[in-house]
Amino acid sequence: MGELKLMKGNEAIAEAAIHCGCDGYFGYPITPQSEIMETLMVEKPWETTGMVVLQAESEVASINMLYGGAACGKKVMTSSSSPGISLMLEGISYLAGAELPCLLVNVVRGGPGLGTIQPSQADYYQTTKGGGHGDYQLIALAPASVQEMYDFVDLGFELAFKYRNPAIILSDGVIGQMMEKVIVSDVKPRWTDAEIQKISGSWATTGKTKDRARHIATSLDLEAEKQEIHNHKLQAKYREIENKEVRFEEFQTKDAEYLLVAYGSSARICQKAVEICRSKGIKAGLLRPITVWPYPTKRVAELAHQVKGMLSVEMSAGQMVTDVRLAVSGKVPVSHFGRYGGVIPSPGEVVVALEKFINGGN
Amino acid sequence: MAKVRGAIEVDKEKCKGCGVCVTACPTHVIQLAKQVNGKGYNYAHMENPEACIGCANCALVCPDSVIAVYKVKV
Amino acid sequence: MSEIQIQDIIKKENFVYGKTKILTDNVMHYCPGCSHGVTHKLVAEVIEELDIQEKTIGVSPVGCSVLAYNYIDIDWQQAAHGRAPALATATKRLMPDHYVFTYQGDGDLASIGAAEILHACNRGENITVIFVNNAIYGMTGGQMAPTTLIGMPTATSPYGRQAALHGYPLKITELIAQLPGVAYVTRQSVHTPAAVRKAKKAIKKGFENQARKIGTSFIEIVSTCSSGWKISPVESNRWMEEHMFKFYPLGDLKDAEKDNEEDYRKFIE
Repeated sequence: MGELKLMKGNEAIAEAAIHCGCDGYFGYPITPQSEIMETLMVEKPWETTGMVVLQAESEVASINMLYGGAACGKKVMTSSSSPGISLMLEGISYLAGAELPCLLVNVVRGGPGLGTIQPSQADYYQTTKGGGHGDYQLIALAPASVQEMYDFVDLGFELAFKYRNPAIILSDGVIGQMMEKVIVSDVKPRWTDAEIQKISGSWATTGKTKDRARHIATSLDLEAEKQEIHNHKLQAKYREIENKEVRFEEFQTKDAEYLLVAYGSSARICQKAVEICRSKGIKAGLLRPITVWPYPTKRVAELAHQVKGMLSVEMSAGQMVTDVRLAVSGKVPVSHFGRYGGVIPSPGEVVVALEKFINGGN
Repeated sequence: MAKVRGAIEVDKEKCKGCGVCVTACPTHVIQLAKQVNGKGYNYAHMENPEACIGCANCALVCPDSVIAVYKVKV
Repeated sequence: MSEIQIQDIIKKENFVYGKTKILTDNVMHYCPGCSHGVTHKLVAEVIEELDIQEKTIGVSPVGCSVLAYNYIDIDWQQAAHGRAPALATATKRLMPDHYVFTYQGDGDLASIGAAEILHACNRGENITVIFVNNAIYGMTGGQMAPTTLIGMPTATSPYGRQAALHGYPLKITELIAQLPGVAYVTRQSVHTPAAVRKAKKAIKKGFENQARKIGTSFIEIVSTCSSGWKISPVESNRWMEEHMFKFYPLGDLKDAEKDNEEDYRKFIE
């Protein structure tokens, strides 16, 4: 059984990387996630597990180092915060196009532009609707606790290799910076080349041996018909992920008349808001998407038959609310409440917003 | 005195007729053919085969690696 | 004179030189006379001679040589524009006993990828960089490159490059040679048999340096682009000798082995 430790969300990411047998981390400093690389540099995992840690010259370089490492079939990851992820988007699109497994972490801060270093959830579109060019999807996990920050590193790698697709942990400055208890898992050994082959097949650029054709990590196909076939394959994979990998959590939804939908730190705030509502006699419940892509569309649609309305609570001007509306498809009213630009809403504010929504306002 | 005789074999369908080998040949063996290959290129060939000494200069500078070089002592 | 027939000479036992088996049978997409073809061949021959096919990973760029993976029979990674050194960095660090090289053009390496190449070299990544400099963007149709010479006309400098309008041509290889992480910097060409032999030696040394773990090896090949320059391949070679070599003189810029680099490194440490 694992040890119990008190740590910051960002530190949990770093510890989890070492413990889950990550082969390489490549990153560039940016607030509010710099503790991830700082922790790795203090821990010096290259002396214990052999994990490579490198501070790159930019986010552009980090993501392309990830491409190189991922092409070798290694478990590689990077982390950044919103403006840094924007810089990485070209590389993310290449990784998705070349079907390379890797793990990204976005500890989201307020934008647009340089914005602020305070927490935000305004990168939902960037994460779930593309961001970079072309038709691609990232497997996106949204932790709501430091324990989940820790656990989702291993889970993210597992899903990334299962589908040969980049996975991303969509966190925010609240969870990155706050401290909680974490059950730390035992250290897993790093995979050997043979183990990687067993898990995801023979595709990595590990050196062309006589018994196989050369492996090429590329997203390029100049022939449109072949590129379309490649895209069909990607789309089939995305449908499979949508069928198999949706994860969510519910809180007091059984008899709920009004549903709050929130992920990450907003879900924690909403949990308290549900309690306050219940004490006031409002039958509120909470649906927390754990995967924001694939989205729990089916469950939201089911709940639309039960509740009288849904309120999407996000630290953004209203991004996830579009997915809620698509799922609900007009069956019940859907609205959005959010504070943004780095401001965190209080449970009381959420309750007031829900009451207003119930009374027909907004 | 031992004399060296060489010869080249050009993969004429892959030759692009750039003519770099013509310039590189020290004994003026190679010319571009009047005929063209399937792609319409005037491919390289031995216009003056007796002069070939098998030095491989043509093949060294050939960007498309279409020249094989052979050499014998006579 | 013709006592011996050609068919008597062209026999397996008389074979002296031809295509290495590390090159695939694919017809290269390069224009007639392109320096890429020769450079590809030299890289392939070095891989064959060092017997490192099973341990070599190439990183291809964006530009004319984006499809290098179709021609050299090794494992390849195809990088985003300019980012090949970043891919190579991770690949080499994760698989340190492999031979890792980037193959980049002047637009890729000296313009959009200037940061990645400088930092990879400055970290002394134990990789080999093959830098093909033809002073133009070939793939996109002959636009001005950072290396385009003053006065040289291109699609985006149709009246010739002017310093006041376009800035100066960038001697990135001279910049690279200043970096302590770099073990070997040389500038070669592949337009004559003698030049080809020297370039091959340089490329071989660049790969051998990886086994010696002494830092980055950087090999520039001053090249032609007859399509971009709009002159014949043979004319291009002449033009290159007359104009390119003046601004980009051939030869070694740095050789840690010869220059007693160790003393220098101790000094800066």
